[in-house]
Amino acid sequence: MKYMLLIYSDENAWTESEKEHCYAESVQLTQKLNAKGQYLGSSPLHSVSTATSVRIRDGKRLVTDGPFAETHEQLGGYFLIDAKDLDEAINIAGRIPAARKGTVEIRPIMELSGLLSDQ
Amino acid sequence: MNQNTVNQMQKQVDDIYRSESRRVFATLIRLLGDFDLAEEALHEAFAAAVEQWTRDGVPTNPRSWLISAGRFKAIDAIRRRTRFQASLAEIAERLDRDPAPLEGTDDVEDDRLRLIFTCCHPALSPEAQVALTLREVCGLTTEEIASAFLITTPTLAQRIVRAKAKIRDARIPYQVPAIAELPERLDSVLSVIYLVFNEGYSASAGESLTRSDLSNEAIRLGRLLSELLPNPEVMGLLALMLFQESRRTARSSPQGDLILLENQDRSLWNREQIAEGKVLVERALSSQRFGAYALQAAIAAVHAESPSAEATDWGRIVALYNVLARVESSPVVDLNRAVAVAMRDGPSAGLPLIDAILARGDLTDYHLAHAARADLCRRLGKTADARDSYQQALVLTRQEPERRFLEKRLRELG
Repeated sequence: MKYMLLIYSDENAWTESEKEHCYAESVQLTQKLNAKGQYLGSSPLHSVSTATSVRIRDGKRLVTDGPFAETHEQLGGYFLIDAKDLDEAINIAGRIPAARKGTVEIRPIMELSGLLSDQ
Repeated sequence: MNQNTVNQMQKQVDDIYRSESRRVFATLIRLLGDFDLAEEALHEAFAAAVEQWTRDGVPTNPRSWLISAGRFKAIDAIRRRTRFQASLAEIAERLDRDPAPLEGTDDVEDDRLRLIFTCCHPALSPEAQVALTLREVCGLTTEEIASAFLITTPTLAQRIVRAKAKIRDARIPYQVPAIAELPERLDSVLSVIYLVFNEGYSASAGESLTRSDLSNEAIRLGRLLSELLPNPEVMGLLALMLFQESRRTARSSPQGDLILLENQDRSLWNREQIAEGKVLVERALSSQRFGAYALQAAIAAVHAESPSAEATDWGRIVALYNVLARVESSPVVDLNRAVAVAMRDGPSAGLPLIDAILARGDLTDYHLAHAARADLCRRLGKTADARDSYQQALVLTRQEPERRFLEKRLRELG
């Protein structure tokens, strides 16, 4: 079963060296997950100040600066994993270094037939 | 077959339903991997039992018969529906592959534990955990649970449907957690049971009938859990609930007015529940692995053994609160400790402790903190201070019997 782990945190709460450290630890985690066949994908995201929102209304495309919702914590990265069940996904989420500063939201992936899958 | 035999059999099946249905249900969930499918199979199995047992007699092991019948009924149901639902095909395939599992007692008991841990999974909201546990583990109806929690049936039904959907879609596993996770997961089970108990215990007079059933249900759950998982904290919680329940008739007047521990008629306390609680708390404490529930039960045990408030071993109670504050420090524990110190050394020793807790700001919105302060001031003859604190408590309390109690104390101050 696939799970998307969405990492939310306050972007301004990270120093440069904390970020670097977190990336290095995350890379190690992806390698460990990959060795167990549980890794499907992962990436940090650029700051929310680079975000662009797109919506189509009445057939017209609207492009605006910024994220869809202004919140205290921003989406800063993700892991896409394969886990046996929610307990295993919770254990992996707890090993994501950013969980020590922010919050990891676990969302089960819905299977949709006809969709090109990652693997 | 005559109507009499059918009626007799129906009664016998009803008895078996009461004693076995939750066990059979828990095992069917494991075999079928789906709550709703298991519930349907359970009812079909019992319906089949009335028919077949009237003809052939009750089998030697009704439980395995029912599990096996439920499994076959589910396979049939799935086959009928497979054309419409692809996800069910997978379950049917697996059930056909696996040989019919004739369950030993251990397996069935493990399934009951699986069901409890799944219903109390921390990924579900506390409200959903409570609703699901009462519905699936205790077998209460949706209407019964809704009325006990003073919410509408559709609201509660929706809560249960959402929780089951999450179990299915997020794949919350149907298993007893690994040893490493057991303490954390057990905490969540114990707090569900204690929440159910307190919901039934701190009820006002008008609704006391339906709500005291909740306390009994919580005690039943505690007993079941302590049989399945004899852990010191499980025994501690069960003991704590029994001690509190033992005072039920003594803690309110026939008019529904609150009677404080010190003024209760102790001959009304239920000795049987106290005796059971004492055995449990001693076992829990001797294990050396006890926690906050066992310590609270130990404190309740000291009260239970005392002939009066004055004759209570307050020194021991203060000592137990000291340990409790180390195990699980909280402002409420500090408050209770302060009250015990006041009982041991006099109100003038307790008052500065309570004032310090209130000054920290943790309990400024907690009516019992102000009520406790008021009581000490009253004993010290500080009438104006006592009045102020009773009035603050009165503003904060939400329970009718407590409001009446505080108003009475205010009147007595003159």
